[in-house]
Amino acid sequence: MVAHPSLLRSLSIQLRTLHALMMREVITRFGRDNLGALWLVAEPMIFTLGIATLWSASGASHGSTMPIVAFAVTGYSSVLVWRNCANRALMAIDSNLPLLFHRNVKVIDVFLTRIVLEVAGATASFAILAAFFTALEWMSAPIDMLMVIFGWFMLVWFGTALALLLGAATAYSHIVEKLWGPTAYLLFPLSGAAFMVDWLPPAMQKVVLALPMVHGVEILRAGYFGNAVRSHYDVAYMAVCCLCMTLAALYLVRDAGERVEAR
Amino acid sequence: MISIKNVSKTYGTRFGQRTVLDDVSFSLERGENIGILGQNGAGKSTLIRLISGAEKPTRGHIRREMSVSWPLAFGGAFQPNLTGLDNLKFICRVYGVDYKPLIEFVENFTELGIYFREPVLHYSNGMMTRLAFALSMAIEFDCFLIDEAMVVGDVRFHEKCHIELFQKRKDRAFILVTHDANAIKLYCKRASVLQNGKLYPFNNVDDAYDFYNIGLKTMPVA
Repeated sequence: MVAHPSLLRSLSIQLRTLHALMMREVITRFGRDNLGALWLVAEPMIFTLGIATLWSASGASHGSTMPIVAFAVTGYSSVLVWRNCANRALMAIDSNLPLLFHRNVKVIDVFLTRIVLEVAGATASFAILAAFFTALEWMSAPIDMLMVIFGWFMLVWFGTALALLLGAATAYSHIVEKLWGPTAYLLFPLSGAAFMVDWLPPAMQKVVLALPMVHGVEILRAGYFGNAVRSHYDVAYMAVCCLCMTLAALYLVRDAGERVEAR
Repeated sequence: MISIKNVSKTYGTRFGQRTVLDDVSFSLERGENIGILGQNGAGKSTLIRLISGAEKPTRGHIRREMSVSWPLAFGGAFQPNLTGLDNLKFICRVYGVDYKPLIEFVENFTELGIYFREPVLHYSNGMMTRLAFALSMAIEFDCFLIDEAMVVGDVRFHEKCHIELFQKRKDRAFILVTHDANAIKLYCKRASVLQNGKLYPFNNVDDAYDFYNIGLKTMPVA
């Protein structure tokens, strides 16, 4: 514990470490054969494509004139961004324990590496799919691009905080991993991916709007479809939720770093 | 200088708190070396983890006023899908060193040939050890932590490690932790014995050796 280095120096060490971890993670996860790092984008794309196909084929018009492809792409991409971040963060400490012998590598770097890669993958897959389907004229371009980006940003924030929270929690008990599986499945139908809040009876609307990510999807769709849909969201509510989660997560991550036993 | 002051470490087990290190203190200057003798389970690896900074002590302080290596030749961080070269790049990025000038050294030292650019997955144990040792030598530190690393490998490899570590880098500090008293006799001027979490310092290696042997004989064989 030498005298604390300056903030700028600490920042440069952290960025360096993140860069090293990211290069390592990409090769580790996707290898050098066939598509390599492109899988980062291809994986979520295949998922979203599958869901879009299923929903279109089953004619699930959701009782409205909603364009089904655009609905599926916006909905499923929104789920992927927080679900994948959380899934990857759960295993992060365990599979990177030996790296903690390098003193510059901290638990939070391991989380951030995975989160950044997941977010990049989900964002690229969303953008590519939307552009691709728009070119095919299966869906139209968004009405309000800035609002779409803002909704996406809020979902990314939510996903990041959730991932840090769950990832740090695994340092306390591995039950978290067991519980997250069923929880994620239960959250999926409630997350706003497969419905608009407006279609629900008022009592039910209240319930789902307690979930922060529902607001994010609503913002995203409000931006995408404009006045064609009636959306229900409260930016302040979602922001406060995310902020509280972030603070709790940062506290837990720091504490988790002191608890883990390097192997 | 590195100073370890009143350091204790306890781990929670199903049978309550277990103290692995109990009020351990010592210090080390650059150019000095110390051997720490201990039987299996004496807390040697825990001590190394604490000094390296991979874990925090439960009580006490560790001050590092010189750069401290990760445990020498520690290969646990190798990912099976990464090549030897990838691992070199990774280590260099983490420590902010340019990897290009180091490729030649690592290739020569490890004698991996074409395997240097193959995934570690296909390495034998010996190849893994050579790579791990070479990477430890690629980054320069003031103090090297050695956790029984010298036990493995053939005679020629020992010789190479010996030259790199104890001749080319004899101006640095070393902490050698092992159950093998001969290794400590060979490399260290002073030694301490770790027994039941307590550290007993000795000014010369022979006294430590005697104490360690008595400890070995009087310990109940469970």
